[in-house]
Amino acid sequence: MKQTRTIELGTGLFALLGIGALFFLTTQTTGNNDFDAAETFQVEARFDNVGSLKKRAPVSMSGVTIGRVTNIRFDPVALEAVVTFVIDSRYDEIPDDSDASILTAGLLGSQYIGLQPGGSPVYLEEGSEIYFTQSAVILENLVGKFLLRGGSDDDGDDGDE
Amino acid sequence: MLRDIWATFIGFLHGFGAMCLFFLRLLQYTPSVLYKRFSLVAYQVYNAGALSIVIIMVCGLFVGGVLGLQAYSNLERFNAEDTTGIFAGFALIKEIGPVITALLFAGRAGTALASEIGLMKATDQLSAMEMMAVDPLRYVAVPRFLGGVISMPLLVAVFTAIGLLGSHLVAVELLGVDVGAYWQQLQNALDMEDVMEGIYKSIVFGVIASLLAVWEGYNSVPTAEGVGRATTRTVVITAIAVLVFDFMITAWVL
Repeated sequence: MKQTRTIELGTGLFALLGIGALFFLTTQTTGNNDFDAAETFQVEARFDNVGSLKKRAPVSMSGVTIGRVTNIRFDPVALEAVVTFVIDSRYDEIPDDSDASILTAGLLGSQYIGLQPGGSPVYLEEGSEIYFTQSAVILENLVGKFLLRGGSDDDGDDGDE
Repeated sequence: MLRDIWATFIGFLHGFGAMCLFFLRLLQYTPSVLYKRFSLVAYQVYNAGALSIVIIMVCGLFVGGVLGLQAYSNLERFNAEDTTGIFAGFALIKEIGPVITALLFAGRAGTALASEIGLMKATDQLSAMEMMAVDPLRYVAVPRFLGGVISMPLLVAVFTAIGLLGSHLVAVELLGVDVGAYWQQLQNALDMEDVMEGIYKSIVFGVIASLLAVWEGYNSVPTAEGVGRATTRTVVITAIAVLVFDFMITAWVL
């Protein structure tokens, strides 16, 4: 009887510990950058160059993550990149002339979209498009420009200005 | 010479095929054992899992600690001590947690399983069961196999969590990395997919380690020497298989 109780107790403790550890690993170690809003609205923006922006990259305003990139595609007619992203519906008073730029977190960090508020009385809503955009800064182009500075403008400069 | 190599190869193929068939028979009995004889499985979870918990926790603490030390002393050169958490977290969750747990499991529980079954065979207990029309595969092999398979993911989770705690202790408490930076960097860098990779690995390693231990015991030569050899082979083959599969899973997931 005592034997069985020890086994039961040991197994129970082990299972509890294991499940607790699994829970800890899945909830505590992974992304607090996870953005999961119940309701979102979708906005589009066109960029000349998205750099290395990836799907699921954060969209932030004043440094707070308010949305996430859901799709990046290339428009073959306008020859531009079209980035689709969703914004938490709680933030429904963002002026529609806000400015979207692709920024880099830190020197070697991943890229994200930063929004700077405009002053329009009309707000962004489902299906709006942001017209004021600023492309990603491509480090290689900057370095290239820096190295070729002093040469004439049209040699070697295939940047995207 | 060539003939010897050929014979060895055929012998290997023979053993490997037999093991695959053994695995299929284990799987075939799994549902009925889980459903009708769950108490046997639960006892083996205690045997393989609960009794391994102390070695897993102690090793996890020190492995995590040494990762914290190494990461800190190397990252310090680039003034990037804050990323110690990323280094330790990635290493523990994706690689070191599952692999070292599987190796420890092979040493602690695998050998126990192999020698137990081997001794049962050497003392004719398995034959006696067969005489009574009791299938030893169903009553001896399958519960032990399932006990190991169930225990392994839990052991890996415990090892990894304790390892993170160990690296936290070393990096934050001992070496003075900022506690916020440590966890913030770790949480930003890790995705759910990374944790899932560790969990997939733990499941595969659980199947490999338990299967090999049960197979070696079941297939051992029924003498004292044979049982000893089965125990050794369990550890050696499990270590090789786990490391090979670790490479393959990583290559496949990435």
